[in-house]
Amino acid sequence: MSLNGELLTQSHGDKALDRSPSHVELRGVSKRFGGVQALAEINLTVERGLVHALVGENGAGKSTLGKIISGVIPPDAGKLLVDGRSVGFRSPRDALVAGIAMIQQEISLVPKLTVLENVYLGTESHRGGFLRSASTLRRFEALNGRTSFGLSPNTLVSRLGVAEQKRVEILKALARHARLIVMDEPTAALPEHESEKLLAVVRSLRDSGATIVFVSHFLEQVLGVADTVTVLRDGKLVSTTPAKDETPANLVSAMLGHAISLAYPPKVFPTDDAPVVCSVRDLSRRGSFKDISFDIRAGEIVGLAGLVGSGRSDVARAIFGATQSDRGTIEIDGRSVRMRSPCDAVRAGLALLPESRKEQGLLMRMSVAHNVTLPHLESVSSGSWVRARQEQSRTLELLERLDVRPIKPLLRMSALSGGNQQKVLFGKWLFRRPRLFIADEPTHGVDVGAKAAIYQLIASLAQEGMAVLLISSELDEILGLSHRVIAMRRGQIVAELSDGPGRCACFTEDAVMHAIFMVE
Amino acid sequence: MSVTSVIAEGGSDVRRPLARRVLVALRQYGIVLAFLAVSASLSLLAPAFATPTNILNVLDQASQVGLVALGATVTIIGGGFDLSSSAVFAFSASTAALVARATNPIVGMLAGVLAGLILGTANGVIISRLHVHSFVATLASGLVISGLAYVLTSGLLIQIEEPAFGLLGRGRFLGVKTPVYLWFGFALLVWLLLSRTTFGRYVYAIGGNEEAARLSGVRVAVVRTVTFAISGLAAGTAGVVGASRIMTGQANIGSTVAMSAIAAVVIGGTSIMGGEGAVWRTMFGVLLMQLISNGMNILNVPSFYQLIVQGVVILFAVSLDALKRKDA
Repeated sequence: MSLNGELLTQSHGDKALDRSPSHVELRGVSKRFGGVQALAEINLTVERGLVHALVGENGAGKSTLGKIISGVIPPDAGKLLVDGRSVGFRSPRDALVAGIAMIQQEISLVPKLTVLENVYLGTESHRGGFLRSASTLRRFEALNGRTSFGLSPNTLVSRLGVAEQKRVEILKALARHARLIVMDEPTAALPEHESEKLLAVVRSLRDSGATIVFVSHFLEQVLGVADTVTVLRDGKLVSTTPAKDETPANLVSAMLGHAISLAYPPKVFPTDDAPVVCSVRDLSRRGSFKDISFDIRAGEIVGLAGLVGSGRSDVARAIFGATQSDRGTIEIDGRSVRMRSPCDAVRAGLALLPESRKEQGLLMRMSVAHNVTLPHLESVSSGSWVRARQEQSRTLELLERLDVRPIKPLLRMSALSGGNQQKVLFGKWLFRRPRLFIADEPTHGVDVGAKAAIYQLIASLAQEGMAVLLISSELDEILGLSHRVIAMRRGQIVAELSDGPGRCACFTEDAVMHAIFMVE
Repeated sequence: MSVTSVIAEGGSDVRRPLARRVLVALRQYGIVLAFLAVSASLSLLAPAFATPTNILNVLDQASQVGLVALGATVTIIGGGFDLSSSAVFAFSASTAALVARATNPIVGMLAGVLAGLILGTANGVIISRLHVHSFVATLASGLVISGLAYVLTSGLLIQIEEPAFGLLGRGRFLGVKTPVYLWFGFALLVWLLLSRTTFGRYVYAIGGNEEAARLSGVRVAVVRTVTFAISGLAAGTAGVVGASRIMTGQANIGSTVAMSAIAAVVIGGTSIMGGEGAVWRTMFGVLLMQLISNGMNILNVPSFYQLIVQGVVILFAVSLDALKRKDA
């Protein structure tokens, strides 16, 4: 293995060889996940030696696009060209051979190995299987010197901070001769000053000839580092423009666009004398959220908006007793309740539709009926004895009401479509009416038809006097359903906006977006 | 048959080709087919096999592992493993003999069963309160329990002369040995528990997806503790049967019983990943294992080969389970 091969300068050499400035080109790339079109007919050119940013709302398809470029997932349709040649990556390894690496949002290093061992994992210098440490070390020093990261080769990765670990991942990519690096939210877990340093690293990589695809939520950072910005919305490419022509406000409006708005049910506002069902005061959890206070009244839908990682789901989980809070009180119907576990929450009349349907919500290998009755099994049992017939008939009623198809209580959960699974998840909590219904991403991964049905359902629950806390990455959804919106950013409430006759003129996507992205 | 085993595998709107459906059925009921196939071939090969005496003998021999396997079925469906069953078996056998010698045989046997229940509960508490993986926790507790059994007996054989001590292991009713009644009775109980009660439902839930169960308000720690208590009770009862059968308590009996039990559960088609499985599967699994070794004995195959055959059968069963999982 030649030392020369790892040096970034080598890509300058390649540049001369290539006829076109395009490094990667996508033609008509599409990808579906179940019922969701994640990407539709994407045509995109990533130019060599530039930082190309991908921005969009949660679920717009930017991460999926990054994963397709780096071979993590294959596209369903369309072509991928690298250096003008068509390629069909079947794995990240194939992409690496073509000089493309991806740095995922989550750190993927081996914590108990050293920096050096991680960087060269699988590509160590060896002679007949015996490691040649000196040679590997020389390669490391050369690389380290070039990037001026100043990482010590023998430090355990577990002792490094997140920012330094990101650098190790970059070194790892470079050690594998990557000439194009896809970075998915590289600064999401970093504090402000560390983000700045990482952006400097990205700039210096570009200056030494590497191409960077930069996926990020943080618009200022994007505009500070990128040469080109592509905006995605609902899996479609909206625009690709030079970064210098863009402003955060422009990008925000491009990201929102004029999405085909689903028909939301008409809002029925709770009367002024509606009692407070849930009252949260000064709820805090270290490293997650701080001083969260709000009330939800009977019949009211309160939307909790924020980026992934803003702490919105953690707040919901803490109210439900699924994670512990350090401080603060929760009152349900005026009575203070300590939520030590979800069991306490269920008893107090709370329901949580969790963010991840498969991991946290449903038992995929159990039947529909068994899923539906799990939280309230005692209501179809005499003592410990489950009344199977009663269980089935009551499940059947519920499935009919929620229009789940097919209506078969004995069907295995995994046989249903995403939308129907989500309806069953609702059914599970409506088996006995809760006082407060917390819905975290209630329409995640479901098709348009099921979405409309779920919106109707949420609205009707509120109308029946339930208090609803709605969390969603889709602002459209939050604004379309909520009577009031609470915006969170970095674990704190940054704004509260009310809808309704003569209450607030600022109940707009723009206002919420600006609050959660902190754009002036 | 358990409730979960009748869950439809797919929607009726999803018509699958015949070959696929045959394959699905084979995976689902493969253990029954294997059992029938082995029984049929042994009947043909060895005239001594299909005699009432031999069949009763097979049932009697299977009963101890059978009891332990019922306990293992509960822990495995709940997403756990109990490797301490062998130690609990020996400890209960020793306790029964020691207490029988000090007081009387009946009290001794009750003490043995109770010891199993207590040890199992202790396992459960350690696992769910300290959040230790059950595999490691019971590996460790097994060592401790086994050591305690040696301490109790000072490594000696505790022989009991009074015939009443032979009640559970050697007794006979209508020509069938008492352990067989115990085994089938316990199977009936565990079957009802798993398939008809709220507790049983929670066991499947915590084994299938612990987080989803927790977020549904299931008291995961309590349910898991009880699964290990049941496993301890089963191993303890089996241990008392073992001591009663040979009229002796000793610390070094039943050393392979935990592994045989887990193997039988897996061969029956209960998933080692938890959340799926049934008592009838375990019954077939235990019987198939016993048939294989019984048949090979009758056919004069050296016992070394029996080990090899058992190993191959286990591998086959586990890979079938993996295949099923990949498919789903």
